[in-house]
Amino acid sequence: MPNSTLETRNGKLETDLKALATDVVGRAMAGGSTAAECVVREGDEFSTVVRLGQVETLKESGSRAIGVRVFFGKRSASTYSSDLSRDALDRMLNSALELAKITSEDPNAGIPEASQLGSIPGDLDLYYEDVYSLPGEQRIDYARRAEKTALDYDPRIKNSEGGSFDAATGHKVLANSHGFVGEYRRSYCSVAAVPIAKDEKGAMQRDYWYSVARSLRRLESPEQVGKVAAERTLRRLGARKIKTAHVPVVLDPLVANSILEHIFEGVNGDSVYRGASFLAGKLGQKIAGDNVTVIDDGTMPGGFGTSPFDGEGVPTRRTIVIENGVLKSYLLNTYTAKKLRLQTTANASRGLAGTPGIGPGNYFLQPGTKPPKGLIAGIPQGLYVTEFLGHGVNLVTGDYSRGASGLWISGGELTYPVEEITVAGNLKEMFFNISDIANDLEFRGAVACPTIRVDGLTVGGE
Amino acid sequence: MTKNRFFFRHYGLSESDVERYLAAALSAGGEYADLYFEYLSSTSLMVDESMVKSASQGISAGCGVRVVSGERTGYAYTDDLSPERILHAARTAALIASGPAKEPVVGFQEKPARSLYPVALPSVDAEITAKVELVMRGDAAARACDPRIKEVRASYADELRNILVIGSDGTFAEDSQPLARVNVSCIAKTDGNSARGSAGGGGRVALDFFFGEKTPEYFAKEAARQAILQLDAREAPAGEMEVVLGPGWPGVLLHEAVGHGLEADFNRKKTSAFAGLIGKRVASEKCTVVDNGTMPWRRGSLNVDDEGQPTQETVLIENGILKGYLSDKLSSRLMGMADTGNGRRESYEHIPMPRMTNTYMLAGNDDPQDIVRSVKRGIYAVNFGGGQVDITNGKFVFSASEAYLIEDGVITAPIKGATLIGNGPDVLTRVSMVGNDLQLDEGVGTCGKDGQAVPVGVGIPTIKIDRLTVGGTAKRDMGGFMQ
Repeated sequence: MPNSTLETRNGKLETDLKALATDVVGRAMAGGSTAAECVVREGDEFSTVVRLGQVETLKESGSRAIGVRVFFGKRSASTYSSDLSRDALDRMLNSALELAKITSEDPNAGIPEASQLGSIPGDLDLYYEDVYSLPGEQRIDYARRAEKTALDYDPRIKNSEGGSFDAATGHKVLANSHGFVGEYRRSYCSVAAVPIAKDEKGAMQRDYWYSVARSLRRLESPEQVGKVAAERTLRRLGARKIKTAHVPVVLDPLVANSILEHIFEGVNGDSVYRGASFLAGKLGQKIAGDNVTVIDDGTMPGGFGTSPFDGEGVPTRRTIVIENGVLKSYLLNTYTAKKLRLQTTANASRGLAGTPGIGPGNYFLQPGTKPPKGLIAGIPQGLYVTEFLGHGVNLVTGDYSRGASGLWISGGELTYPVEEITVAGNLKEMFFNISDIANDLEFRGAVACPTIRVDGLTVGGE
Repeated sequence: MTKNRFFFRHYGLSESDVERYLAAALSAGGEYADLYFEYLSSTSLMVDESMVKSASQGISAGCGVRVVSGERTGYAYTDDLSPERILHAARTAALIASGPAKEPVVGFQEKPARSLYPVALPSVDAEITAKVELVMRGDAAARACDPRIKEVRASYADELRNILVIGSDGTFAEDSQPLARVNVSCIAKTDGNSARGSAGGGGRVALDFFFGEKTPEYFAKEAARQAILQLDAREAPAGEMEVVLGPGWPGVLLHEAVGHGLEADFNRKKTSAFAGLIGKRVASEKCTVVDNGTMPWRRGSLNVDDEGQPTQETVLIENGILKGYLSDKLSSRLMGMADTGNGRRESYEHIPMPRMTNTYMLAGNDDPQDIVRSVKRGIYAVNFGGGQVDITNGKFVFSASEAYLIEDGVITAPIKGATLIGNGPDVLTRVSMVGNDLQLDEGVGTCGKDGQAVPVGVGIPTIKIDRLTVGGTAKRDMGGFMQ
C-alpha cells in the first residue's frame, strides 16, 4: 500500500522526500547503474470558478510523483510512478534498469559533471503560504468579485464564463549520483475574469484578464481584474473584417510574448543541434535589429521562471541571448551543450520521464523608452493585434502565418475592432523589422515582452 | 468486454468500500456523485540521429471524486488509493453541497458491454524490442527515401488506461483502453534551404497494427515526401479565395469550426456562437456532420465515456440543419436532453466535460477531380497542423502544412504553410461541393479544452468552400492597399 506517513503540507515531508530521492538514486547505483538521477514532485492545488454569481466548480487536491533516470555507461532510460509505495518504487527501478538495455550508446549522454552542480544561495522569494491563507468562502468571494465587477461594468456585458481564483504550491526535490540533493518550494495564486459582451445585433465577444502572483499580497484586486477584463471585451464589439493590406503591425504585450517564444524555440539547443531551427549556426551573427536585446535570467527573486537549480541540478544563471541584435547564446541543457561543444546555460527542464528538455528562466525582451501609445501615434494606417489564433509557425523555415484579431489603427489612434484576419511573414525578417519597442515590460509569467511594432507583414482579410 | 474488475483485483476494492465512498461524497446532499478510478501505464521511445536516445515507462494511478449539486460541481482527487485518502477526497468534494445527506442508489447496474478495441495483448505489455524495431525502421526508411533527408526523429508511444466509473445513480462501468502511435518527422536540406515533414498514426490497436496495416515505412515515406515537396514551396496567396480541402485530416476544419461550438456546456451557458440555432440552417444542404465514438479501433473511440455512459453516433448537422449537441451528464440533466456519451476527462485529476470523439462529414456525390476542376483560382489544402477556435465569436483557424495553388482547374505549385481563418456558424454554408471520398485521419489527433487533452479523430471527404481567408504572404495585390 502507499506510504501513508507521507502527508501533504506536512513539515516532516521535506526530509522524507529528500531521503526518498537519495534512497532511489542509491538503489539504482546498487542495481548496476553508472549514474542516476531522481526527481520527486509534490503539489497541492485549489481552484474555484464562479459563474453569474454562483459557484460552478470547487476543486481541491494534492498529488505526488517520482521519476528516475538511470545510465549504464552511455545508455540511459527513465521511468516514473505516481505510487510511492515500496513495491511501486521497486517496479519503477527495475523497469528503468531493464529499459536501459535496449537504448543506444550515445557518446554525449550523461548527467552534469559534479563540479557543475549546485543551488544559488539565498531566499529566492518563491514560496508564500499565504496563497492558502484565505478561508474557503473568501476564496470564492475573490472569484465572485472579479466576475461581478465585469458584469456590472457595462449593460452590454450580459454573460460570462466566470470569475476564478486559483492557488497552488509545489515542492520539487532532485538528487543524483554525484551526491547532489536539492529542493525548492514555489507558490502561486491567480484571479481571473472572462466576461462576454453582446452587441445590438446579438453578436458576442469574449475576452479575459487575470493577475498572477507568488503571494496573495501581490495579487491585483479582483475589482481591477474584472474592470480590465470588461474593457478588453467591450472593445471587441462590432468587429469587422478588413481588406488584405501591407501595414505596420503593433503587438500588445500578451501577443508580443509569442514572438519572444518563437525566438526561444529558435535558440533551443535541441532544435539547434539538429539544424531544425532557422537560427542554427547563427551564433555571433546579427539576427535582429540593433534595438533587440533578449535575456534569460533564472535567478530573479520572486520571478515566475526562477529556481535555485535547473532540471539537472545546475545552478540557474543570467544569459544574454541576443545583444543589440547579435545572437550571443543558445539556451542549453547538458546534453545539447555537449552536442554543440558548449557549456550548459542551466536551462534543463525535467518532467518525470524522458530526457530533460529545455525551458526558460525569466525570459524577456529589454524594454524601450516610449509608452505604448507612442508606438501607435506614428502610424497612419495599421493593425494593433490583441489576440493570435492557431499555431502557424514553422521554425525550420521561419515561415509565419497566424489568425488574428485586434483594433485598426488610423491616424495614430486605435479606432474600430477587426477580426477574422491573418498576419503572415517570416520570422527571419520579422526580428529585423521590430521597428519600435515600448517601455511596458511586465512579468505575468516566465516570458515577458513589452508592446512592439513590426513592419513588413501581410495582413490577410477579404 | 469481459468483466475485468481491475481495481477490485489490484487494489482490494469491494462494493461495500465503493458504497461507503459514495455515501461520504453525498454526505452534504447533492444530486449526483461519482468515483473515477484510473490506472494508466505508458511507454515511449524516441530515435534521433539513428540512436534510441530516449526510452521511458511509467505508471499513474488515482481516483477522482465528483459531487454535483444543481449547476455546482465539487471535485477532489487522490493518487493514493487507500480508503482513508479516497474518503478524504469524497468529503472534500462534498463541500460543494450544503444540505442533508443523500443516499446513493442501491445496486449497481452494468450496461451491456461493447468491445470496440479487443486487443489480445495490449501494446504496453508487448516486447519492448519489437517497439525498438518500429522506431529504427521508421528512421531507416525516412533516410532511404532521398539523400536530402538529413534529420529524422521516429517515435513510438503507447498506453493502457484502465478505468472504473461508479455513480450514485447506479452507474457501474469499467473499460480497458489501449492507445498506440508511431510518428516520423524529418528535415530535408539543400544548399541554403530546408523544410520539414511529419507523419504518424495509430489508434486503439495492438502492436501488430504497425507490422501489418500501417508500417513505420508508410509513415516515414509520407514524412519524407512532405519535406522534399516543401523545399520547392512558393509563397502562399493572401486574402479570400476558393479553397478545396482534401480528404481525411483536413476534417480538423469540422472539429474547430463546428465541433467545439456544439459542445453542450457552451450552449447551456449560451456562450457559443451556435447557441439557440438547433433546427436552423448552419451549413449547405450537402453537409451532414456526425460525431461517432463507436468506430472500432479508432483513436477517438470509447466503449464508455469517462462518466460510464456508452458512446454513440450523434448527428450534429443533417443536410445543413443543426440537429444536436454533444453532451455529458451535467449538461444533459440541466438542458433536459439525452446524454450523448461525450463526457470525457484527461485523467482522474480532471472534471469531465463534453468533448468530441471522432467527428466527420458524410460523403457526398461529387467526384473529387470535378471539384478541383471547378476552381478558377484558389488553393488545394491536403495536410494541416493544428487549429483553434474562439467559440463565442465563432472565429476559427487551421494551419495548412501541405497545400497547392489551383489555377484554371489544375493543381499547380506547392505553397508554403498558411493559416486559414473563417467563421464557424457560416463557413459550411459556403460548401458548394462534397466529394464521394470520405476518409478518416490516420490517428494523430489530440484535442485541448480548458487545459485538458484527450485523443480524438476527424474525417472529411474532398470539399469545396467558395470563400475562405488564406493567410499567405504573396505580395500580389488582391484588391487590398499598400502603404
